Amino acid sequence: MATLIRRGAIASLSAPEGAGAVLRLEAHEDPAAHAHRLASVARIEVHFPKFGDGRGYSIARLLRERHGYRGELRAVGDVARDNLYFMAQCGFDAFELRAGEDAQEALSAFHDFSEAYQASAARPQPLFRRRRA
Amino acid sequence: MYLYDGIDQRLVDERVAQFRDQTRRFLAGKLSEDDFKALRLRNGLYIQRYAPMLRIAIPYGLLSATQLRTLAGLARRYDRGYGHFSTRQNLQLNWPRLEDVPEMLAELADVQMHAIQTSGNCVRNVTTDPFAGVAADEIVDSFVWCELIRQWSTFNPEFTYLPRKFKIAVSGAAADRAATFVHDIGLHARRDAAGEVGFRVIVGGGLGRAPMIGRVIREFLPWRHLLTYLDAILRVYNRHGRRDNINKARIKILVKERGIERFRAEVDAEWAHLENGPATLTEEEVRRVEGRFTRPAYEALADRPPPRPGAFAAWHRRNVHRHKRPGYAAVTLSLKKTGVAPGDLTAEQMDAVAALAERYSFGELRVTHEQNLVFADVRQDALEALWRELRALGLATPNIGLLSNIIACPGGDFCSLANAKSIPVAEAIQRLFDDLDYLHDIGELDLNISGCMNACGHHHVGHIGILGVDKSGEEWYQVEIGGSQAAPAALGRVIGPAFARHEVPWVVERLIELYLAEREGEAERFVDTVHRIGIEPFKEHVYGHADTPRRHREPVGA
Repeated sequence: MATLIRRGAIASLSAPEGAGAVLRLEAHEDPAAHAHRLASVARIEVHFPKFGDGRGYSIARLLRERHGYRGELRAVGDVARDNLYFMAQCGFDAFELRAGEDAQEALSAFHDFSEAYQASAARPQPLFRRRRA
Repeated sequence: MYLYDGIDQRLVDERVAQFRDQTRRFLAGKLSEDDFKALRLRNGLYIQRYAPMLRIAIPYGLLSATQLRTLAGLARRYDRGYGHFSTRQNLQLNWPRLEDVPEMLAELADVQMHAIQTSGNCVRNVTTDPFAGVAADEIVDSFVWCELIRQWSTFNPEFTYLPRKFKIAVSGAAADRAATFVHDIGLHARRDAAGEVGFRVIVGGGLGRAPMIGRVIREFLPWRHLLTYLDAILRVYNRHGRRDNINKARIKILVKERGIERFRAEVDAEWAHLENGPATLTEEEVRRVEGRFTRPAYEALADRPPPRPGAFAAWHRRNVHRHKRPGYAAVTLSLKKTGVAPGDLTAEQMDAVAALAERYSFGELRVTHEQNLVFADVRQDALEALWRELRALGLATPNIGLLSNIIACPGGDFCSLANAKSIPVAEAIQRLFDDLDYLHDIGELDLNISGCMNACGHHHVGHIGILGVDKSGEEWYQVEIGGSQAAPAALGRVIGPAFARHEVPWVVERLIELYLAEREGEAERFVDTVHRIGIEPFKEHVYGHADTPRRHREPVGA
């Protein structure tokens, strides 16, 4: 059974989820089309149809940075250990690992890199603006 | 050279650790073949026809003598004693063992090198003019902008799994020596009326199986907005580029399908949200990056008169280039000696070149997309001595810009994608055209060979382009003429049915014969003649009239 990682820790999928509606976005969807609902959903799931399909990364940044979504943002689908670091940078805070992933191994993914050059959901200021501070 | 700071170094070291762990998990059976493939490609590791191939990044083609020595050491210890400089200004080692690659990457990291994003569907090594920083027609030093783009693209979390690979080229000089019209994005520096630096942004160019000349999406983008505008283009591409068909996944197809007007409107709509946002560049950041480049300590010298006729003068004429500082010159080391695979260099030659770079060019060199090397800062009064030393190493062939300076991919001798061999074709042509006086008489001519339609040898933009094709299991070669990588960029046109390998040198000879008969004065280059009279006369000269006997079929020089 798939494992859920939420806010850097292993959670169980069978644990009770919070109440409220879940918005699921497919990779081709435009988050702007759902902007009016974002304040009322309990969580948003973004579906990754394939390991190498990167559309969900842009969707996550748009949700966090443009639409100001602050709730749980969960990556679902073909989600593997080696995607987690970049997903977290783009604003995901929950990850439903695909079957067969080693959850303990996956937790270490969040420490793959200790710094990033770019602005992102996790680091709203690019490195060159943070250097000055 | 750009010198890493602590963070640059830390990121590269962390990448080595990450890849070491990925390799460990793959070898332990915890990562599938497919998943590992997507990860190893991001570190330049292919599994090739006979063995793995490791593509090492040489960011914007700039290399120090120390780094070149490290490459020599890797070639010697993990490979068969040589490396291949590619048309992307990278170095490819063709025989490493998978288990050794993490260690090789660690050794590279020790000299501020890596293989990050040299393959995979991400932003690749940014390329530029090999005469950046020294060209007489410089507008900006493109290395600085390339480094800013390198940092923006390295592990960019959003653009890590694009529909397809993404190549950016930057030209900082008036003349476009970076082929900006045949890249996914081309950036050509310019100044506006107020003297402010900006870029003409070109999008959707590319070679490969659907060659296209890029379209100008923005005539002048002020430098501050460079990264936010790149973000906007990449985001539109990442979200809307085709992922259903690998052959239609490059940005050029998206631009073509939508049309440049609609594509521009989408980018602008995205950019409206990003413009003046946190990723907007600052003067301070540009100065900081500029300041991390070492600069040659030039002396005040005067220009020297041109050399007296002779072998040195012949080399000087082809391989020595004007420098923005009086008394200095840039020198091309030709890796196109007949009998040597274009772009190949042995470990011994690498060590020797490193030593020469230290003695003659402030310890630095550049790799060109024509698969040669450049010493950018040589004193004019040392040119003759350098020439003698290069000659002894076999690196002074005076053929830069000439027909025998052939650009070729590794082809079927190494690459698992190739339909046909490239290297023996290049050699057969070089052997046929080995008379230097004749080559000089023919004048400037770019001849490019690709072993398959992925076009790594950039055959579409060769004045003469040769493409290896597969016809029911046999190797054939299609010939194009009229392509050009310099502005105005042009794609070559196929002259007719493909040829057997042994016929190719003869075809080139026939094309040259007609050109020499038709040209209007020595200043008219082969490609100019093709553009002036069209390809029909060339076709006729090669294939003959329909009513004349079938074309020549004898092997040439076999």
